[in-house]
Amino acid sequence: MRHLLTTEGLDAASATAVLDTADSLKQTLLGREVRKLPTLRGRTVMTMFYENSTRTRVSFEVAGKWMSADVINVSASASSVGKGESLRDTALTLSAAGADCVILRHPASGAAHRLAGWLDEAGTQVVNAGDGMHEHPTQALLDAATLRERLGDLGGRRIAVVGDLLHSRVARSNVHLLRTLGAEVVLVAPPTLVPQGIEHWGARVSHELDPELPGLDAVMLLRVQAERMHGGFFPSAREYSIAYGLNERRMAKLPEHAVVLHPGPMLRGMEIASAVADSPRAAITEQVRNGVHVRMAVLYHLLAGEEIAA
Amino acid sequence: MASRRQAGAADPAGQRELLSAGDVARTVARIAHQIIEKTALDTADPGAAGVVLLGVPTRGAPLAGRLAARIAEFSGVTVDTGTLDITLYRDDLRKRPNRPLEPSSLPSGGIDDKLVVLVDDVLFSGRTVRAALDALRDQGRPRAVQLAVLVDRGHRELPIRADYVGKNVPTSRREEVAVRLSEIDGADSVVLRRSEEVR
Repeated sequence: MRHLLTTEGLDAASATAVLDTADSLKQTLLGREVRKLPTLRGRTVMTMFYENSTRTRVSFEVAGKWMSADVINVSASASSVGKGESLRDTALTLSAAGADCVILRHPASGAAHRLAGWLDEAGTQVVNAGDGMHEHPTQALLDAATLRERLGDLGGRRIAVVGDLLHSRVARSNVHLLRTLGAEVVLVAPPTLVPQGIEHWGARVSHELDPELPGLDAVMLLRVQAERMHGGFFPSAREYSIAYGLNERRMAKLPEHAVVLHPGPMLRGMEIASAVADSPRAAITEQVRNGVHVRMAVLYHLLAGEEIAA
Repeated sequence: MASRRQAGAADPAGQRELLSAGDVARTVARIAHQIIEKTALDTADPGAAGVVLLGVPTRGAPLAGRLAARIAEFSGVTVDTGTLDITLYRDDLRKRPNRPLEPSSLPSGGIDDKLVVLVDDVLFSGRTVRAALDALRDQGRPRAVQLAVLVDRGHRELPIRADYVGKNVPTSRREEVAVRLSEIDGADSVVLRRSEEVR
């Protein structure tokens, strides 16, 4: 792999290789006192976050450090970005300062692609840690790792992605990856939160959650992204919660084995009831734990192999 | 160029069998006897207890299992076995295409204060063993570490030697030693052949 920008176009063999590596890393580190591998010694990973994030940034930082890479965090608010430096110039600066890999979180869709184009020549690799409303590939990979752990092979499994599809990069990345891995995806959202062109995603769209529940192997809830909403997408939070929130009554309609996922940060009482989030059906903390191993695997596949000629 | 320096039954493809299936079985049995003798694991000496055989994947893993079975058969003592993947500790990761990781599994008792015998199929540069020693260090503190290999082909690049050697084979760097084991390859044999890739 040269860069990891999207799950769209990521073939099943590469995705499975990353997931298998993540499983092995998890097993390797299990119960160890020293959670440190020398694999990426001397490689420098820089995270560049233009949006707030707790879990993704921390997860990448831990992943890099457990692999012995030097991890440097650059946040837009505390860097020259505040002085008006462009994304390109900031990225070239990081690359010139020795970054082997830049991990980018940016509010503009497509930012990671542009960055990859600019840094390719310098041999700096790019990981998309979320670009606007486009993709968030490592989130999809960690969701798939968690689902594989709970359900086994994902071939033929039916997974619903519920909520704010319009603003969600997690949804798009998940749909592409889950379909590549052979799962069937059902998208559930109010008509106002369905993006244009969704018919090309290759997933069935439904506006009602209840009839879907009994046939699902997993349900993935999305946060309602109020910060990206400039307009009335639904009458009230309460009304959204009544129609699309996963409460205990709805959870009871799911099959016994079905898994509940949420990429976080979750709004308890909005898209997910507190009792559901804390139930053993929910794999939300497992998702975070697996996130570290998946990101270690991504860094391993990007940085450990043979140097690719720029 | 063909360099068949040793007279042997070299077939037209430039292959020469070093060990037959029967030879592999006898060699494993001999190493098992040597481990019993050298570690004194069948004596009542309490200090001799705690031998752990750790196979280096891929083919070290089944070899460790076979050695443990022979040791149990000859001495009546059951030794713990496990596997230790060293991929993440290699020093040539950036020189080769990415490789998949193999499973690691240590015995539940861990390796602290144990006598660990690393088991691998071929000893060559010694770099795999160095990586295994680094990997062991992150897993605990064994009382001592020994090394058992089915074939020692020479060309060491590090000051490392094996405690138990099935067969010493002089080789050229242009040759490769292919160990086949029934658990993985369907049959047992050790073959010397010309390598396509010149190191």
